[in-house]
Amino acid sequence: MTLLSVKDLRVSFPTRQGRFEAVRGVSFDLGRERLGIVGESGSGKSMTGRAILRLIRKPAEVTASHINFDGRNLLDCSEREMRRIRGSQISMVMQDPKFSLNPVMTVGQQIVESYRMHNRASLKEARAKALEMLNAVSIREPERVMDTYPHEVSGGMGQRIMIAMMLVANPRLLIADEPTSALDVSVQRQVLSIMDGLVQQRGMGLIFISHDLNLVSEFCDRVLIMYAGRVVETCAADQLHNARHPYTQGLLNSLPRLDQPRRHLDVLTRDVAWAEEVL
Amino acid sequence: MDAITIKDLDIWFGAGPTRVLAVKGADITVAAGESYGLVGESGSGKSTILRALTGLVPTWSGEMTLGGQQMVPAKRRDRSFYKRVQMVFQDPYASLHPRQSVDQVLSETLYLHGMDNINTRVEKLLSDVGLGPKFRFRYPHQLSGGQRQRVAIARALAGEPDILLLDEPTSALDVSVQAEILNLLTDLRAERGLTYLMVSHDLAVIAHMCDRLAVMRAGETVEVLSAEDLRASRANHPYTQALMANSAGTTGTPQPLESETSQTLMPAANSV
Ligand SMILES: Nc1ncnc2c1ncn2[C@@H]1O[C@H](COP(=O)(O)OP(=O)(O)O)[C@@H](O)[C@H]1O
Ligand SMILES: Nc1ncnc2c1ncn2[C@@H]1O[C@H](COP(=O)(O)OP(=O)(O)O)[C@@H](O)[C@H]1O
Ligand SMILES: [Mg+2]
Ligand SMILES: [Mg+2]
Repeated sequence: MTLLSVKDLRVSFPTRQGRFEAVRGVSFDLGRERLGIVGESGSGKSMTGRAILRLIRKPAEVTASHINFDGRNLLDCSEREMRRIRGSQISMVMQDPKFSLNPVMTVGQQIVESYRMHNRASLKEARAKALEMLNAVSIREPERVMDTYPHEVSGGMGQRIMIAMMLVANPRLLIADEPTSALDVSVQRQVLSIMDGLVQQRGMGLIFISHDLNLVSEFCDRVLIMYAGRVVETCAADQLHNARHPYTQGLLNSLPRLDQPRRHLDVLTRDVAWAEEVL
Repeated sequence: MDAITIKDLDIWFGAGPTRVLAVKGADITVAAGESYGLVGESGSGKSTILRALTGLVPTWSGEMTLGGQQMVPAKRRDRSFYKRVQMVFQDPYASLHPRQSVDQVLSETLYLHGMDNINTRVEKLLSDVGLGPKFRFRYPHQLSGGQRQRVAIARALAGEPDILLLDEPTSALDVSVQAEILNLLTDLRAERGLTYLMVSHDLAVIAHMCDRLAVMRAGETVEVLSAEDLRASRANHPYTQALMANSAGTTGTPQPLESETSQTLMPAANSV
């Protein structure tokens, strides 16, 4: 079943040299699955995620044939409707929780507020819900954590708190933009398995944006590979190592591997055609 | 001869009840011309060791010898020290002055090292790090991340050092650019007989670049082994094995790492 359908998405910025197209005709459908978006920095991954949530402001311009979510074209929604959708239907987790959490509110206050924004609930009910969510993201001693401020928690914990906050709203789609890039491998796995559980248990759709090909191939069901604002290849995540596009192959081959020692790493030779070819 | 010897090194920050022991009893010996790696998760004390070696952290005890010269805590390193030992940082954005052109950075550094023929040397340095002459008069914002890291490496090479301390030199770069920079570092070491002490959180990067490595966790060295032993899965310590299982290019199920089971809050840093 299709949860989200994006057709011919374009994002451009005015620059001194004319309009710069950061996203150039991205199309994909998403079901209740884990869809990875990979590519080098600047390839348009974040802009794609933000455009879906209509978070891109003027002077940037966003166009698309449609961005259908649950049967509605998000492009036709008013700003008010979008605010409601953003909280309760589609949530976004960013790379650094420090920028997304309010520094002067305790963790508990923030989750409680986020819950009450979308549900008629007493403070007591909301607090119970917040504790339940912190438990769900494997935070031990949630009672104590509720009363801490964001600067008092480690990066991994901040990221889990962010996810808890996004999830009290029980969204149907989660867009996670490099949610684990700032984390150590051990914490990374933990955050991923929490998100994984939510996809399985709640039937949530997930867009997982990352520059880490190995992570995406292990964790997602399907992968879009972006280059210069376009999707150059789509494949099943566990088939990523068999990717056909020379760009994807080049990225994979440039990684050092424990099982394949060599003196020099392969270097990616870019073909100007990659940015323009008809796919 | 050994280029770097470290014996029973403790490094701390602060004093009294807020004192944090960031590195505990480190023992590292790096032969001249060797490439040695420090690997571990963030906060394990890797950068602190490099910073103490270059004199940026004066609060340490133990023994530290670089190029045969014994270091003394809190004693300023003289100019000849920085001619022999140089450091390259993770973030080339932060380590280059935004209003200095590539030419200014390199000329000034060469001048401070007391070099002659500065003009020719700038040209040579640029070509050694794979940057053409057209980059000479550019400013940092006109360079990509990889190009900036090349300039940072050129600057480190200006005094013709024997030892390079490399702190996550490719962690901020895309994998394709990382490959180019790592290849450059491999070639420079071979051409100039440099000694590397390199820090990374990425086991595959360290195994690719280093002959031997120390695995660190929470300030302590849990294991020292050769890259060859690592590749052959001959790591003894469970923490090293867990890091490997979580690393790319290995098969097997990812393992939970011990350090994370204790979900500690950050202020507990002084409990170290
Ligand atoms: N305000 C802006 N003005 C002009 N270009 C921008 C602006 N913001 C982002 N871009 C450009 O858009 C492109 C895509 O950016 P982004 O989606 O953030 O890339 P990614 O997330 O894949 O690293 C980049 O080339 C970036 O430089
Ligand atoms: N200037 C400082 N003051 C107090 N503590 C510090 C300082 N620099 C580093 N530390 C602490 O020392 C420990 C090791 O840090 P660091 O060497 O940067 O780790 P790594 O490079 O392995 O990520 C950490 O607990 C860190 O918080
Ligand atoms: Mg991004
Ligand atoms: Mg460090």
